[in-house]
Formats: sequence, structure tokens, C-alpha cells
Amino acid sequence: MEQSTKKITGAEILIRCLHEENVEFVFGYPGGAVLHIYDAIFHQDKFKHILVRHEQAALHAADAYSRSTGKVGVALVTSGPGATNAVTGIATAYMDSIPMVIISGQVPTYAIGEDAFQECDTVGITRPCVKHNFLVKDVKDIASTIKKAFYVAASGRPGPVLVDIPKDITADTCEFDYPATVHLRSYNPVTKGHLGQIKKALKLLTEAKRPMVYSGGGVVLGDASAHLIKLVQSLGIPITSTLMGLGGFPASDAKFLGMLGMHGTYEANMAMQECDVLLAVGARFDDRVIGNTKHFLSHPRTIIHIDIDPSSISKRVKIDVPIVGDVKSVLADMNELIATEKPAQNNSALAAWLQQIEAWRGKKCLNFAQSSEFIKPQYVIQKLHEVTKGDAFVTSDVGQHQMWAAQYYNFDKPRRWINSGGLGTMGVGLPYAMGVQFAYPDAQVACVTGEGSIQMNIQELSTCAQYHLPIKVIMLNNRYLGMVRQWQEFFYENRYSESYMDSLPNFVKLAEAYGHVGMQITKPEDVEGALKEAFAMKSRFVFMDFITDQKENVFPMIQNGKGLSEMILAEDL
Amino acid sequence: MTTHATRHIISLLMENESGALSRVAGLFSARGYNIESLTVAATEDPTLSRMTIVTSGSEAVIEQIIKQLNKLVDVVKVLDLNDGKFIERELMLVKVKATSAFRDEMKRMCDIFRGRIIDVADGSFTIELTGSGNKLDAFIESLDKAAILETVRTGASGIGRGDRILKI
Repeated sequence: MEQSTKKITGAEILIRCLHEENVEFVFGYPGGAVLHIYDAIFHQDKFKHILVRHEQAALHAADAYSRSTGKVGVALVTSGPGATNAVTGIATAYMDSIPMVIISGQVPTYAIGEDAFQECDTVGITRPCVKHNFLVKDVKDIASTIKKAFYVAASGRPGPVLVDIPKDITADTCEFDYPATVHLRSYNPVTKGHLGQIKKALKLLTEAKRPMVYSGGGVVLGDASAHLIKLVQSLGIPITSTLMGLGGFPASDAKFLGMLGMHGTYEANMAMQECDVLLAVGARFDDRVIGNTKHFLSHPRTIIHIDIDPSSISKRVKIDVPIVGDVKSVLADMNELIATEKPAQNNSALAAWLQQIEAWRGKKCLNFAQSSEFIKPQYVIQKLHEVTKGDAFVTSDVGQHQMWAAQYYNFDKPRRWINSGGLGTMGVGLPYAMGVQFAYPDAQVACVTGEGSIQMNIQELSTCAQYHLPIKVIMLNNRYLGMVRQWQEFFYENRYSESYMDSLPNFVKLAEAYGHVGMQITKPEDVEGALKEAFAMKSRFVFMDFITDQKENVFPMIQNGKGLSEMILAEDL
Repeated sequence: MTTHATRHIISLLMENESGALSRVAGLFSARGYNIESLTVAATEDPTLSRMTIVTSGSEAVIEQIIKQLNKLVDVVKVLDLNDGKFIERELMLVKVKATSAFRDEMKRMCDIFRGRIIDVADGSFTIELTGSGNKLDAFIESLDKAAILETVRTGASGIGRGDRILKI
């Protein structure tokens, strides 16, 4: 606890609070209501303030800093448009349960409600997309509110917490006293799973004929990867992962069936449909994962669900064995039970099940027709994996390129795959790469994007120049809003309504205009060499414009309303 | 598990802070849950508000409502009164025409329903009536529609019977 009998301003108190929380980076953009805060930032050097070019990018960068490190991301924006620009970033973090603290400036308390310049009801606007938010009305409440904000953001099911601070409060003074601990009588997240339920779950899993693990983003966020690997290896059962869970279990392991869901692998979706006991870990059975709920439930199976959020359990699918708790703690308990009790498994049934899975895997659903004429987007991702030795942080935007990155990069480690899963926010890719590169200045950071998405936050090329971020942009340029075009091809008889990107800029020149390296790659035989050349430029930001096959689609694909086992495969067409 | 919608009365205690009510109301509208009525006021402990929400839904929906309410950081405790025995009361004020021809009739109806006339004017009575929602409905139905000038209802408040206590 840091105490001081000297009175300091609210702005200074806020900065001291951020120091107490060991904040390394604050991503932000100044404005009228936060000028006192920015003046206090000017007088400190414990954390680094990163000046973005648009508040949305500040949020995304702080979000990616959190996704890649597990620490709380911090963003600072001004009132009114600063806060509304931040909303997309807040909602993105909320949907994927990312711990963040957002500080927003507000007009002075005496002007609130008078439609003052740059006034908006930030607490009201953000309420549905934050874990919690606060309006600070007294300088004496700043320290305790910031303490609560960090605690609420990072504990339980994590999420963004916004603190709105009126300008006059940041000028008022009081003594600084940062609370050592925080207790909220209304907020006590459960962490330890119920042992009886855990035993029941283990019994079901070991006695199962066709057991299956379905792992989600909770495994990554809960740092439970090592425990999950141990559980899967000791039981020898197959595992699939959601988009958000990729890297939570190594993709190169034979037990891993690939991602499941709308663009999941044949083997993962078939196994998910036909298993008899399913262990869901930190996943939420969302619509992109299980497709048609009725179809999913038409196949009988017993479902065990470990999740820190009780409201995730039995939300879309009725759960037989709910286990509320921190996934890491619950998996550790399971592993301990296995070690002490050495439960017998149904080995012959399990062998037959694994054999069935191998037969499904034999479909080789991710094979694609290579071309000597056009660059296949999947091929670029495969080569990206080779050139970076599978060890890069990969951020993506939203659309076809996102699915190809998820399918073909084969993530072996958690917190390496940074994308917007829940909200599906186009434009996150570049600011995500910034957040990751700040956290890991020496790491290889690749932003896989499309020519549609990249233009949604293209202004951040300037931020990347200011801070000399050696990000590599891998743009799969098919001159279409690819995923929209794919749906229009399948469901709207090729009526490509507004899905064509006309008047694209010269991306090479654009990158160069910001002082970066630009490359355009048009031939398949140049893909590997260009990637090697780009990643060899360790200190440079390289923008790679890959002109890819315009007509390539993402397969397998489950159409809206269809079930998991009703995939369209590339070979079917 | 029943899949048809049933009426539930949910009681909750939450921090008595500005914006608390809108968190609950916003949750119901954002997730498409039904609100029949919602009442809220501070308790004997001024830092806590008690809210009574009348809603309806299948068992699965009610389960989600309870979980989502518990998830709100400001919510201290949630109780589905329908999980046990409870008492429900609502207050209604009705202003009715009470011209010479109607005056005795109105007084009689009011007595039958154990209401009280709390304001008397030349052409009207204001009747205060307390009871379950059903009883208040029944009173309204038993009146001649043309006689009703104005009604105002508080929405239901509920409390568990006997040892069922919602307190921190």
C-alpha cells in the first residue's frame, strides 16, 4: 500500500493507481476531458503511453496486449466521440472475455446532463458491453474505483471494465491511498470446482466408448493449457478446439482433430456429433460451433461442462454434469484424481473410436487444389507457418483469411492466435498486431488480413511508423469481401451485392508513404521467397500484398441452420 | 423440464447505486426476456435496494435469467420466489366515476374487494386496493369499463413465507 499525506490531483492519483497496478502500456488518444490526465502522464515515465490514430485502435491494441500476455490491457480515451469510438473495441473484448480497464474522460460533473461539448452518456452507452462500469463523482473515490476495476476485470470470467471520470474530478485534490485489497459483497466468483461433480465427470469419461474433449477460449484465458494437455494425454482421448481455443492444445499432436464448427474439419465435426461423452472446457456451444442445436441434440451424448461462468452452462445446450470453476483448477483436480485412482478405461471401445476418427481424418478435408497460375490463400498461410517455424504471433481480421489462418497455421502454443471470435470485428488485425508487438518487441508478429478488413484501421500504419513496430502484414488480396462473396455464391445465386472492393489503393505505395516496406506478390512461386525476405527484415514493418485466387472458398462449410455432420467439403463441388 | 412459459417472481438485493436499475432493465431487454412488472426501493439498509421482477419463461429461460442477474456485479443476492412458498401483493389506485347513480354501487364493489375509498370528489372516488395481481385484475373486470377514469398499479412485491428470508 502506498500512502501519502500530500494532496495531489485526481489525474495524478489515477497515474499512481496505474503504477500500483504495474501497467506497462496505456493505449490512448488525448482530448479536452482528459487533458489533466495527459499532463500527469507527461510527468511520469513508469508506463509508456502509446498514441494511436483512432480510439478504436487503442482499444484493440490494449485488448491484444492482454490476449497475448494474460495481463490487463489499459486504454485511455476522451469524452464523447473518444468514448463512442472506443465502443467497438470494448464490445470486441467483452465478447471474447478479455480483461481490460478503460478510462474515459467525461465533461465536468456540473455540466453533466446539459448536452455539453463532447458529452455523451458513456456509462449508459457502454453498459451492455462491459463486465462492469463506474462513473467517479468524487476525487476520493478514484483510487478505490481503479482498484475495483482491475480486480473485476481480471477475476472470474474476465472482461472489460470502464471507469468514466469527469474533468473536474481529475483537477480536484486529495491524499493518495491505494487500497491493498478489495472486497465486493456482491461479487464473489467461484474458482474451485465441486469435487463430487469432478469425480462424476471422470467416471463418465473413463467409462465412455466414444469420449471427446471440446476446448475453448477459456483454456487459453485461464492459462490451463498444460493441464489440458496432461489430461488428454493420460486419457488418450481425441480433442477439438473452438476458434478461440486454438493453441490451447498443440495442433501438431495426433490427438488433435483441428478446429470444429462452421469451418471446422470433417473429423472434428463428425467426432463432436457422434461422441457419447463430451467434455467441454471453457467453451460455450455457440451458434458457429454446433450449428443447428436440434440436429446436435438429435444424437444422444452425455455432456460435462467446465466453465467459470455459471450462465454459460446450459445456455444453449442442456448440460448433464456442470462444473462451475476455474478451468485450470478443475483440470488440475481431474489430473490428480487420475494419478491417484488410475481409473480403468474402456480400451477396446476407445481403440475402435480412434480408428473411426482416423477414417474421418482420411478424408483430408483441408486439401486444396494447388495452382501454378493463382496464389492460393491457404498456400500463403502454410508457407507463413514454415517460414516462421510455427512460432509467430498471428493476428487476423475477420473473414475468409481469418478462417484460413485458423485452419492452416496449426497453433502449438496458447496466446499466439489473436483474433476477434465473438464479435467478429473487421479492422482488429493491425491494432492487434501492434498490441502484441509492444508486449513482445522481439517476436515475429504476422497480421493476416484482407484488403477489406485492413482498410478499416489502415490509419494505424502511422502508429506503426512512430513506434518502429516490425510487424509483417500478410494481406490476402482477392478483390472481394471474400466471406460475403462466398455466402452470396452459396445462398444468393452469385448475386455479389456490394461485395466487390473497387478502387483499391496501391498498397505498396501506401505502405511506402508511411515509411514502411511494401511488397506485392502475384505468382505462386514467389510466395515463399517473399515471406523469407520480409521476415529477414527484422526491424522493418513490411506490408505484403498477396494477389490471391479470387474464387477460392473456405471449406469445409456448414450452412446456416444445418447440423455438424452436414458439411459441404471442397471435394463435393 | 417444462418448456412452456410460467410466471415467476424474482426478488433480488443489489447495491443501491445510480444506474443499478438500468443494469437490470437493460439485461432484460438485451436478452429478450419478458418483464411483466418491476418494482424497486431501498431497504432498511440504505446501501441496498430490493427489486421484485415479475417475468415469465420456460424453466431454461428462468434459469438463465437467474444466472444472468447473479452475473451483474452490483447484484448481491437473487431469489426465485417460485422455488418455495411466498406471498405476493400489489397496490392499485383506481379513480372511478361516482355520480349519484353509481355512488352506492361503487361503494359496494369496493367493500366486496376489501378496498378503501381514499379520496371523494363530486363525481368520483379514488379506491385503494391491495392484493395479488389476479385480485386486482378481477376488480377491474368487475367494474363497468365506462366507470374507470384512471388506474395506477405498483407492480407486484413478493416475500417468502416463514423462514424463507432474503437478506445478507
